[in-house]
Amino acid sequence: MSAAGGGPALDVTTLTAHRCRELLAGGDVSATELTRAYLDRIAAVDERVQAFLRVDESGAMAAAAAVDAKPRGERQPWEGVPVGLKDIFCVRGVETTCASRILQHYIPPYDATIIAKLRAAGLIFLGKLNMDEFAMGSSTENSAFQTTRNPWDLDRVPGGSSGGSAACVAASEAPWALGTDTGGSIRQPASLCGVVGLKPTYGAVSRYGLIAFASSLDQIGPLTRDVRDAAALLDLIAGRDPRDCTSTGLPEPAGTPGRADLQGLRFGVIEEYVGETCQTGVREVFQSAVDSISALGGVCEVVSLPSVERGIAAYYLIAPSEASSNLARFDGVRYGHRTAHSEDLYEMYVRTRSEGFGPEVKRRIMIGTYALSAGYYDAYYAQAQRTRTLIIQDFARAFERFDFLISPTSPTVAFKIGERTADPLAMYLSDLCTVPVSLAALPGISIPSGFSAGLPVGLQIVGPHFSERRLLDAAYALEQCLDVNTVAPLAEVSQ
Amino acid sequence: MSAAPSSGSRSWEFPTGHGGWESVIGLEIHVQLSTQTKMFCGCRVTFGELPNTHVCPVCLGHPGVLPVCNEKAIQYATRIALALDCRIAEHTVFHRKNYFYPDLPKAYQISQYDQPLGLSGHLAVELEDGGRFTVGITRVHMEEDAGKLIHAGGASGRIDGADHSLVDFNRGGTPLVEIVTEPDIHTPDQARAFLIQLRSLVEQLGVSDVNMEEGSLRCDANVSVRRPGDPFGTKTELKNMNSFRFLHRGLEAEIERQVGTLEAGETVVQQTVHFDPATGTVSTLRSKEEAHDYRYFPEPDLTPIDLDAQYVERLRESLPELPAARKERLMEQYDLPPRDAAALSGNKLLGDYFEELAAAAGDARSAANWVLGDLSAYLNASGVEVADCPVKAAHLAELLGLVDDGTLSGKMAKEVFETMTSTGKDAKTIVAEKGLGQISDSGELEAIVARIVAANPGPAEEFRQGREKVLGFFVGQVMKETRGQANPQIVNDLLRKRLGAPGA
Repeated sequence: MSAAGGGPALDVTTLTAHRCRELLAGGDVSATELTRAYLDRIAAVDERVQAFLRVDESGAMAAAAAVDAKPRGERQPWEGVPVGLKDIFCVRGVETTCASRILQHYIPPYDATIIAKLRAAGLIFLGKLNMDEFAMGSSTENSAFQTTRNPWDLDRVPGGSSGGSAACVAASEAPWALGTDTGGSIRQPASLCGVVGLKPTYGAVSRYGLIAFASSLDQIGPLTRDVRDAAALLDLIAGRDPRDCTSTGLPEPAGTPGRADLQGLRFGVIEEYVGETCQTGVREVFQSAVDSISALGGVCEVVSLPSVERGIAAYYLIAPSEASSNLARFDGVRYGHRTAHSEDLYEMYVRTRSEGFGPEVKRRIMIGTYALSAGYYDAYYAQAQRTRTLIIQDFARAFERFDFLISPTSPTVAFKIGERTADPLAMYLSDLCTVPVSLAALPGISIPSGFSAGLPVGLQIVGPHFSERRLLDAAYALEQCLDVNTVAPLAEVSQ
Repeated sequence: MSAAPSSGSRSWEFPTGHGGWESVIGLEIHVQLSTQTKMFCGCRVTFGELPNTHVCPVCLGHPGVLPVCNEKAIQYATRIALALDCRIAEHTVFHRKNYFYPDLPKAYQISQYDQPLGLSGHLAVELEDGGRFTVGITRVHMEEDAGKLIHAGGASGRIDGADHSLVDFNRGGTPLVEIVTEPDIHTPDQARAFLIQLRSLVEQLGVSDVNMEEGSLRCDANVSVRRPGDPFGTKTELKNMNSFRFLHRGLEAEIERQVGTLEAGETVVQQTVHFDPATGTVSTLRSKEEAHDYRYFPEPDLTPIDLDAQYVERLRESLPELPAARKERLMEQYDLPPRDAAALSGNKLLGDYFEELAAAAGDARSAANWVLGDLSAYLNASGVEVADCPVKAAHLAELLGLVDDGTLSGKMAKEVFETMTSTGKDAKTIVAEKGLGQISDSGELEAIVARIVAANPGPAEEFRQGREKVLGFFVGQVMKETRGQANPQIVNDLLRKRLGAPGA
């Protein structure tokens, strides 16, 4: 944890990206020193956390040196600030695997749009972060390569699928990181790791170069230590992209949230998510957050969204259906894994995919293939789409009365590694509160709201489409009021 | 099972076939659009270039890529649908057609399913014998092409016996329009006539090269046979007919095969049938395939396309004159016989050439004769396209003018035309260089006529005694003297005058 060049040791454990920017701008540290400090931190703790699949030390140091070679006056605002990347974004020339054996050693020939944006903004890429294989999972245990641990309790999962991104920020291995959220994959791990996680409105951020899981749901978003960093990273990546015709960008930048109170804002408490499905400790923390909102002048009322109870069922038809098609391209013909033993084309396909995919990915490909099959399409996929429409309508009605909707992000705190791996349905319920928000394409943020038995509990705030600026502003006011510690203790593995 | 085409009337012919079988044919036509770039990425659309030189992460189906719709392709497809009198969907959606094959990089083809661009159109077709029929167009939809597999190490490029296969993705992602007809076609002749008519229609829209050999126009057929009045028989899908001739022969062979099967008391199996141009026979494809389930679902990476009514109207108004309308106009305006008018409207550039020539030369009939006669013969023999013809309409008009004013005889004009095509020179230059001008000067010819008559008193006497045929001898002598350049009509008149009336 010592800075290069014999200067005073730089302690990165409490740094936000904004603080990094200030240090760089003031000349207090060089980009090289800052990057070195994070690489040292990774070297010190990642053996225990296992957040990174690959650390790109040489690439990061070279990029930092290039920043330092520029006069400070000519640098862009975030130039030299390091960032961690979920291993789902294509980075030209850098192995990108989606934590799957089928993409092991795959080196993309192009940059994802958000990568190109971050590159142009001068951010330093520290490396690629672990995840559930192809973003399918809620614990990061479905990675083909390693199990990431929750920095608050190394025996527990960090959540998923962006578990590496959440854990790396919670463990101060990067000031911030990018993840993706399909049914909760940013918000749920943010909640379990005690960091801020934002899933933007569908379309706010280009998906070009994000390896697709479920195209109609996938969104890229920030995982950060605080709300202001989330707003800043969102502004760096948002925007309409001619390469993604489902992208629209945001009507206005999120800017720098600075709201002091919640006067005049109405919050709907989603009735379906505060009942018995929630752990008691989670309910208690949630209740105290509701009290804080009231203390800040906001009005909280219970609202029922009856259709959200069918959200998980609809999601687990729509997402696997799209995935079964999106993942069909991994066939061993052009790139990625190809079986060593096959007599004919059919056998090559079967063996390549049998060897390359893990059990959860196979399960979802099979579910999706079945749901799209002739004779079942109407009963499953089409029915799920109709349910999705009902969910969209429920949210739209609620937003006629409320500015924001709130719920716990996850019904539980971080669970033990291995606890749910044998029970897919229990695992799927981890995303109970986040999935319907994704189905409705709405922006949702999880902010740390307290602890239950020493484990972080997140609060989910959901806004109308493209309300990111207001959403982040409100989240900021509440964050200041709650003042939750986000520095994980990083205990030793107990074994 | 194979069947060589037999001669004479065939048992399946409708409606008077001996065996009383009626064949029912529907066609599926793929038209490759001549856009600059591919359907969903910016790679150039090319033909015959080095393999895999026009590819990118998108058309190679790399992880993370997304398609973006080529607006020009939508416009071209809409023009085709409009020209086929289809109802244009206000709201049209792309679907994914999922299947595994090495030439399909995403393992799904972006295509259209239950909300295609165009529905319920039709095309009126004229047969060579003047008979007419109308083919319903079920749908017109957009999709992307697959790459091309090259099977190496075996015989004749077929997969059987090959030891490895290569994939060329240059073609992958090329925009295609698929046109599906109603089962309104009943004979191979009709099928061929329909396809010829469709090709000229699409060609005149300027949206495709429609070249069957290069694959920019492809045709598959659904074929069944039945007793007239019975429900449809079991159909087979006939593939690989990459010329009009092969379409005809393939259909003949498949219909005979089905009739033979049924007459032998067996049943036709629903399957894909492959036409082999080398033998003219059909064979059922090596069939491990079961019924395909393509698991169509709406492509989530593409937003639906809502075609603005004004946009569609603008496209409709900008359609060029289509072959059927042009044929009617040519008959009316130039007083051409139907056959000539049909031939001239079947090829847009040839029709344009004709109209330019007729305007410049004044005589439409003779213009049509030239265009459909010598010009077409030259184009066919040389393989030159109308656009590249060295003899432009203005040049040919000049030649026709020289015939008109008597400078050239019809025979000489043909020779001059040949020289024009081979040298690119204009008619007057050639006439001057070769000294070809027809001698129409009566004074000059009269002297020659006088000399020849004087030199041949015997034949002259025979003529006067009534042997009319002798006149030909004298004409021949004059022509010989003038190296064929004398105006035959004037020579005739002068000879008669000089020789005096026969029998006088």
